[in-house]
Parts: sequence; C-alpha cells; structure tokens
Amino acid sequence: MTAAGVVNPPVELRAARPARPALGRARGLAVGWRTVLLHVVLVAIAGFAVAPLLWMVSASLMPSGAATTYPPPLIPHPLTWVHYHELFSRLDVARELRNSAVIAALITASSLLCNSMAGYAFAKFQFPGRDRLFRLVLLGLFIPPQVAMLPLFILLRQLHLVNSYAGVVLPSMATVFGIFLMRQYVLGIPDELVDAARVDGAGEFRIYWSVILPLCAPVLVTLAVFVFMSSWNDFMWPLIVLTDSAKYTLPVGLANLSGEHVKDTELMMAAAVVTLLPVLLLFISLQRFYIRGITMGGVKG
Amino acid sequence: MTSLDGGGRAARRAAAIFLAPGLLLITITFLLPAAASFLLSLTDFDIYAVASPADARVVWLRNYATLAQAPLFWIALRNTLYFVLVGGPISVVVSLGVAVLLDSELVRWRGLFRTIYFAPVVTTLVAVAVVWKYLYDPRFGLLNAGLHALGLPPVDWLGSAVWAMPSIILMTVWKGFGYNMIIFMAGLQAVSPDLYDAARVDGAGAWQRFWHVTLPTLAPTFLFVSITTMIGFLQLFSEPYIMTQGGPLHATLSVVLYMFNQGFESWHIGQGAAVAFVLFGLTLIGALIQLRLRPERTEGGA
Repeated sequence: MTAAGVVNPPVELRAARPARPALGRARGLAVGWRTVLLHVVLVAIAGFAVAPLLWMVSASLMPSGAATTYPPPLIPHPLTWVHYHELFSRLDVARELRNSAVIAALITASSLLCNSMAGYAFAKFQFPGRDRLFRLVLLGLFIPPQVAMLPLFILLRQLHLVNSYAGVVLPSMATVFGIFLMRQYVLGIPDELVDAARVDGAGEFRIYWSVILPLCAPVLVTLAVFVFMSSWNDFMWPLIVLTDSAKYTLPVGLANLSGEHVKDTELMMAAAVVTLLPVLLLFISLQRFYIRGITMGGVKG
Repeated sequence: MTSLDGGGRAARRAAAIFLAPGLLLITITFLLPAAASFLLSLTDFDIYAVASPADARVVWLRNYATLAQAPLFWIALRNTLYFVLVGGPISVVVSLGVAVLLDSELVRWRGLFRTIYFAPVVTTLVAVAVVWKYLYDPRFGLLNAGLHALGLPPVDWLGSAVWAMPSIILMTVWKGFGYNMIIFMAGLQAVSPDLYDAARVDGAGAWQRFWHVTLPTLAPTFLFVSITTMIGFLQLFSEPYIMTQGGPLHATLSVVLYMFNQGFESWHIGQGAAVAFVLFGLTLIGALIQLRLRPERTEGGA
C-alpha cells in the first residue's frame, strides 16, 4: 500500500463530504498509483459510454457507403451534411420533429397541472381515507403499462381518438410517479404558509396557484424535464396509436425508416442524431434537476 | 373551516376538486383498462369485435389454455426470464461497481464522469437501438473490428441464436447503468464515515469494509433498485422490435413483443390480453419474492 491508501484524512474533513475534492490538495500533490489506476478505469468506462454516440455522429457525416467499408473508418472523410439535407428535404423528418415537439409539450404542460394538483391535495388536505387512497395509487407502480394497452386502444377507438395527438397525450397527462414526486415535495412546505393565506381570505385555487406552485418551482422543473424526456423517447404506445405516417413521432418514424433504408447506414445515423440530440441537450443543460428527480423517487421511495 | 385540520365538508370538497383531474385520468386511461385486460382475456375479442364489441363472446380460460399449448409463448417466456435473470443482475452489479468507484475520495472531475456515464440513459431507446444494430454488424461493425484488433475471432452478434440475447443485454447495460448508479451514489452518501473509520481501526481491509459496512447500509437501496430493474426488464420490447424483430429463430422474442404481435398485429386481442395478464402476474410474483427475501433490518417502503 502506498501513501494515498494508508493516510487517513482527518475525521472532520471526511464528515464534510462535499468538500472532498480538497483532500487531494491537502495531502500534497503526491498522486498514488491507486489514483492513477482508478482514473484509468474511469476513463475506460467513459469511453464505453460515449463511443457508440461518437461513432453515430461521425458516421452520420460520412459519404454514402463509407461506413460500410473495411476496416470501418472512425473519422468522416470527406465530411458531408448530405444525409441531414435528405432527411429534411426528401424525407419527413421535419414533420416528425414537429409532431414530437407538440406531443411532448402538451404532455409536459398538462402533467405539470394534473400531478401538482393531486400531489398538493394528498400532502395538505385532511380527508377520510386519504392515506389509504394514496397507497392504492402507489400500487399502480407495480402494474406494467403494457397491461392496459389493449383495452385502452379499444376505448380510444370507440372515442375516435386513435391516430390523434389526444390518443398519445391523454394516457400520459397524469402519472403515479408524478403525483408521488409532487406530494413528497409539498409535504416539506410548512402548513403555516397555507393557513396564513387562508386566514387572509384567499380561495383554495388561489392558494394553490399563488402560494404552493411558486414554492414548488424547483420540483416542477424536475418533473417537466422528466416528463418531456420520457414522452419524447416513448415508442410503444405512439407506435400503436398513431396509424398514419403523417402523425408519426421521431422514434416511430425512425423505426419505420430503419426498416426501409437498412443499407443506408450514414442516413440512419443522421436520423438517430436528429432523434436523440434534443433530449441529450436538454439533459446536459438541466441535469441537476433531472438527477434530483431520480434520487427523490429512489431514496425516499 | 379555515383550518387545514378541520376535515370539514369544505376541505373535503376542495380536496376532491384538486384530486379529480389526475385521479380520473389515471383511472380511465390506466387502472380501469388494466383491470379490463383481465376481462378481455376471458373473451374471443378479435378484429371483428373491434368494430362491434358486442360480438365478442366469453370463452372463460380458453385463451390461457391456448397459451399453455403455444410453443412461441413458452419461448417468449423463457427469453424474457433469461433477460431478467441474467441481464438484470449484471446491470445492477455494474451500476453498483461504478457508483462505488465514483464515490471514492480519490476521484477528480466526479461531476464530469457522472454526466458522461448518465448520457446514454437519456438518449432515445429507438435511436440507440438502431445505432447498436450497426455496431453489431458482423462485417463492418465496430465491435468485430475491435475483436479483430485484439486478435479474437468475429462474433455474429445479432445473427446467431446464441449471441442475440447477450448482445441485447450488453446494449441494455450500456444504456441503463447510469440510472441505478445515481441511486446507488445517493445511497452511498448515507453510509456514515464513522463506520468506515471504526472498521479501519479494527483492521478491516477495503474489501471487508465494502462487504460488512457498505453493502448492509445499502440494503434498502438495493431492494428498491432490484425491484424497479426487474419490473423494467420484464417489459423488454423496443430492443428486439428494432434490432432483431424477435429473431433469429425467435431467440429474442419477448413476452411484450409476443403480446404486441398477438394483439396489435394479428388482432387476436383476447389472446394478447391473456399474455398481458401473464406479464402482470410475473411482475407481481417477482416483486413479492424480492420483498420476502429482503434483509431483516430494512425499513418498510411506502
């Protein structure tokens, strides 16, 4: 064992875990072999995580047929944007992008409203059977969504909602996870704030809208990012309910395209980039909120 | 009436109004259809009944009897259990391993590594399934090029009945390990540094500290992760739908893909509903087994 492993940091420093990066400096600049080995492993895992995505971007910029030569090239030469042009001019990707954006936006807006209202009611109203009802709703987490799909399809068909945005949006407007997330957060808001507003004569909806929602801003962002991403990435239900290619979302369109253009590797990679880039950028800019949603659901659950 | 604790009629009415939109939507689009799925599985609902549901007749358990005699159903069940029982534990162990590495106090740029590891999680499953299909190409794919560089023979990844499911597992681990990693990292924050120091004073090595201090503290996290992972893995659908269409030789046909083919492709809706109900049963049994197996001292969940 070398110094890095044996020397114990002072207890008070260890207790303050966020301050850990300072420990390296506290010990001086001696970097032990353990540190080096650890970072070699971490970089290798990072390579595993990003290599498929880097290759996807690289192949999407190669001339047609270049990706299927041997040995497989890693860098596009010459670099071309022709596949992106084709996707947006000859193929329907612009329309699919719009469909995906409209559907994800509708789901996000409506689920923020429905889930926050229900979460608030479960957290702050007293009524008989409240906790039993909440536990009953939580049991929904054990039901795979696919179990509901066949009856739901028949129901939507009776309502003439098959092949409509509404058919995709309605089942995602309220979710068990969303209600749970909102309730957990609202529980942490002091009752006194609600009571004070009520004493001032504010109506129930006014309290929700002007007192609760502003205080919930962080968790609302978390929920919005979660819902937007999952509806953008959703595949099976849109595949079932959208029967006309004019209504296809990006994942459904991509699945369709990959059946027709199997040999066009570079074109398919460009379509994959267009499909996943929006959510990847959204995650990178708002990852703090997204990751908090996972740990809130995971640790307190 | 002005107090929250009153529980009076006004409070009850307000609660009902706030709960109504969310609970009605969940009930109508999820809970009732899920229950209706069982009733549907007792009928011979088919393409004609879609036009006029009154034509469907009750056949009681005949759909389940048909399933029991359908070789494809048993293949789908076996493949799904393979995916859950092999892929699930691999995925959880990889997540835990990476979380423990990232939690080490020697790590620099922890946030950067975390972001990179998490990136595949947020990508669109359909898009990365298409990408991996090309990575797995036996002639031009990057994976076989890598094997060649190491002096190893090529593998017919998605083209062979033996390798197709391991290939889907590899892709799934790549796509998902960052998610459980985040949950494990949050769990590791709860491990008291004092416990580590006490173990160190007692002469415990790194491995012993992990085994006797870290793992017991992580037990509740572990239970949560393994149940949610199992539920998710039982729902395998998009990967085989995109990459293999359930082939080769049905080696990647999953229960949900079989349900989709029966219900939405062949329009044997009653039959498909029976498959859906089997999926629900598997989920419930799996969750109950894991709850039963949990260590004594963990707290009860919600």
